[in-house]
Amino acid sequence: MDTLTPVLTKNWADDRAWTLEAYTNQGGYGALKKALAMQPGDVIEAVKASGLRGRGGAGFPTGMKWGFLPPDEEGKAPKDRYLVVNADESEPGTCKDIPLMMASPHTLVEGVIISSYAIRAKHAFIYVRGEVLHVIRRLQAAVQEAYAAGHLGKDIHGSGYNLDLIVHAGAGAYICGEETALLDSLEGRRGQPRLRPPFPAVAGLYASPTVINNVESISSVPSILEHGADWFASMGTEKSKGFGIFSLSGHVANPGQYEAPLGITLRKLIELAGGMRNGHELKFWTPGGSSTPLLTSEHLDVPLDFEGVGAVGSMLGTRALQIFDETTCVVRAVLRWTEFYKHESCGKCTPCREGSWWLVQTLSKLEKGQGQESDLEQLLDICDNILGRSFCALGDGATSPISSSIKYFRDEYLAHLEHGGCPFDPAASALHTDAGQLEVGA
Amino acid sequence: MKEGNVKGIDPTTYDELKQIAARYPHKRSGLLPMLHLVQSAQGQITPEGIEACAEILEITAAEVSGVATFYTMYKRKPVGDYHVGVCTNTLCAVMGGDAIFAKLKDHLDLGNDETTEDGKISLEHVECNAACDYAPVVMVNWEFMDNQTPESATALVDDLRAGKEVHSTRGPKLCTWREAERVLAGFNDGQADQGPAAGPASLVGLSIANDKGWTAPEGDN
Repeated sequence: MDTLTPVLTKNWADDRAWTLEAYTNQGGYGALKKALAMQPGDVIEAVKASGLRGRGGAGFPTGMKWGFLPPDEEGKAPKDRYLVVNADESEPGTCKDIPLMMASPHTLVEGVIISSYAIRAKHAFIYVRGEVLHVIRRLQAAVQEAYAAGHLGKDIHGSGYNLDLIVHAGAGAYICGEETALLDSLEGRRGQPRLRPPFPAVAGLYASPTVINNVESISSVPSILEHGADWFASMGTEKSKGFGIFSLSGHVANPGQYEAPLGITLRKLIELAGGMRNGHELKFWTPGGSSTPLLTSEHLDVPLDFEGVGAVGSMLGTRALQIFDETTCVVRAVLRWTEFYKHESCGKCTPCREGSWWLVQTLSKLEKGQGQESDLEQLLDICDNILGRSFCALGDGATSPISSSIKYFRDEYLAHLEHGGCPFDPAASALHTDAGQLEVGA
Repeated sequence: MKEGNVKGIDPTTYDELKQIAARYPHKRSGLLPMLHLVQSAQGQITPEGIEACAEILEITAAEVSGVATFYTMYKRKPVGDYHVGVCTNTLCAVMGGDAIFAKLKDHLDLGNDETTEDGKISLEHVECNAACDYAPVVMVNWEFMDNQTPESATALVDDLRAGKEVHSTRGPKLCTWREAERVLAGFNDGQADQGPAAGPASLVGLSIANDKGWTAPEGDN
């Protein structure tokens, strides 16, 4: 449990890792060959047996999601089915899918082909956020190479199976990471979430049966086919099987990507990252992006799996571990995240649209040392009226940093009122000033 | 109006817009990349561009406008050759992004979402761009400029204004904003082989595993 297990990241340092040649040389597209020799239903069974759960945050079992597609109706022409990859990675702190697609786009492309074959989709889409130009170039090139090699297109390797894959660039909207908003966006509309049911499995893209999975989930599929479901399930914990990429950012000595079995602890990860930056202590962290409630140094030994993080009142999310030390003002951090949710609220539902606006107003005042203690109760009251009452998870996510920070750092909010403003020096938490101070000291 | 004769849109662009729509099982799916192409050809979202998209997709101009105004990457005023986006979401902000953005506003004498008079630089604060392990991050035409400081970011915009060749820390020589928009529309520029597979932060876990001889368990084969 305490060692790293590079699988998806294993080839990232290879020479020209993004090319078909490099990917094939290290065994790439071997899993596709295996899959094409199996019945599609058996591929679904293998993914179910592996225990793979969605890596985009929610942790829903991937194979089960695939199994929800309705069977073809007898006597009717089969409905088109679609696979859509959610590559809209935008959750603050989350930075695993982008380096994966930049370093090894073929891992994802191979996963797309196998997964599409399993669910019998003839069209697949990679919906990638528009703000990552070089990643989009590499994806486009990889898809082009895969067509030329016969991995995509008509009658793939003589199997009779046809698949077209389109790389689709978004245009800057966090909400499009929400799967039904993504579908509306992919249909050329404003990215606003849809009411469920019907779920995408029944009526998704173009009102047809659709599977939507995260980049890392789909990229894990080739390894499961190649090494077996038991191999995958031999890693991780009882209900959170396999490995995942843990992204450490912020005030650690060596921020970066650490691929490990689910269930590793933050204590171990910070140790591997060379500890906190010199002379500083952990203050608060997000386990899986800004939409997952904050945790503190008392949670260093929590197993980072779906159950472990859930048991302490947060969520594993995307394993986006944003680490902040004692120089960081939690009120400033939370206000900034709240401004983000307000900006990204799609406007469809009132609790999120209006609520996020009021949260910003109230928090801004508190951050400036204005307002009063009862504003904290008002914040929590607004959060109560958003959480569970908004149309999609964006509104829920907006409440997480606020309610968790008031739970753990109420005194720091009050200190702003007593101090008549923020008692922290923002320069102390920045890297360039920190380095400057060290030079002066040396 | 005769098809393909939208005033102000050249025939090549119009054809390319049609090509984009034809990639999809349902042509309206092409709208987002089509709007990227409009920006590439016209330097911003223009009324003519909106008309052309509407005509090709057989929807109203109001429907196209409704989409164009929803997404922050679509600009309704001219953008400079280099769109400089400073991440000021929490983590980057705390690590130095706020100081970088303040410094650049002062240095370029610009407010948020404004462009220098010479048309070279547009400055905007952006949300999390999925490179938190390289914080603080600045994006230029949506290419990564990792691990910035106020000083490095100032030098970066000075170099861009002076026409010097600048490379992304994990990508090719920076192209112009309009060239970048063309790639987003799905027309690859052949630059995929530039730059490394991964930056240093992406590789820290892998190199620790390699040093210690840690691997995933042996599989079936």
